Amino acid sequence: MALTAPYVLEYTYRRSVGPVVGQFLTGLRDQKFLGMKTSSGRILVPPPENDPETGETLSEMVAVGDAGVVTTWSWVSAPRKNHPLQKPFAWALVKLDGADTAMLHVVDVGEGGMEKMSTGMRVRARWKAERIGHVTDVACFEPESPQAVTR
Amino acid sequence: MSEPKPKQDEPIKRMLAPVRLEFTVSAGRDKTAFLGAIIEGRILGGRCPSCRKVYVPPRGCPTCGVEMVGDIPISDHGVVTTFCTVSIPFEGQTMKLPYVYASIVLDGADVPIFHLVDGIDAKDARMGLRVRADWRPPAERKPTMESIRAFVPTGEPDAAFDTYKEHL
Ligand SMILES: [Zn+2]
Repeated sequence: MALTAPYVLEYTYRRSVGPVVGQFLTGLRDQKFLGMKTSSGRILVPPPENDPETGETLSEMVAVGDAGVVTTWSWVSAPRKNHPLQKPFAWALVKLDGADTAMLHVVDVGEGGMEKMSTGMRVRARWKAERIGHVTDVACFEPESPQAVTR
Repeated sequence: MSEPKPKQDEPIKRMLAPVRLEFTVSAGRDKTAFLGAIIEGRILGGRCPSCRKVYVPPRGCPTCGVEMVGDIPISDHGVVTTFCTVSIPFEGQTMKLPYVYASIVLDGADVPIFHLVDGIDAKDARMGLRVRADWRPPAERKPTMESIRAFVPTGEPDAAFDTYKEHL
């Protein structure tokens, strides 16, 4: 039998986020999503520093909703150790209300499984009580309650 | 690892983005034999049947791409071919600064191993220095190169550059 041993390779990076992502993360800490308005009037979330169409530097940040629509998703039936949830969940692209692009996050369907997921479903952010300015300040998105949908 | 919590009214300027990879490494047949011998205070090498070079630890010959045959006993005495002096503290550091980390060609081997050189002032470290393994007591040895505490000077005259220039 060959010997085996655990081996861990870790780089403890602390990176500078820059002014735009910095504002986005500051917004998350303050429990709101910020997007970037482009010259053509589209609102991109998460916000880029430059207009993807023209390349010009952008600076007009606007708040969008913390609920939106799932545009596509992928089901994780067996979460791994570093996954954000230790129960089956979906990676999903969520287009927040007021935004023109979707951002990647996690959907926790609560009781039940993949049958609760559908493209076009409405979801709402579940915020952590203690927020540090990181994308994980949003614990996950959850299916919006029927009351909220008819609101 | 923890990030100092930013004040609630300050803008976020930095974030932790660690990269962590967890492996289970297998030593394989040759290095398992090598590490078993280390516990017994012996060092094993392997000779390439094609180019005749002796590698420590034994492994497939990286030049010829062939398997090595036999476990060849190698001396625990050798010569420092190159070295670096570590003077700057870093995360996970266990040695007292400054210390010397060296490339050491053991007598009978064609390629160097890397280990600490102790028992000498860092400023006196040099190419050609003759050293020997300072083994930990048998009860403290494990299947790791740390079973050799460090290499220490033998007191012999320095080796001439020509004797090890092919083995840097
Ligand atoms: Zn060879």
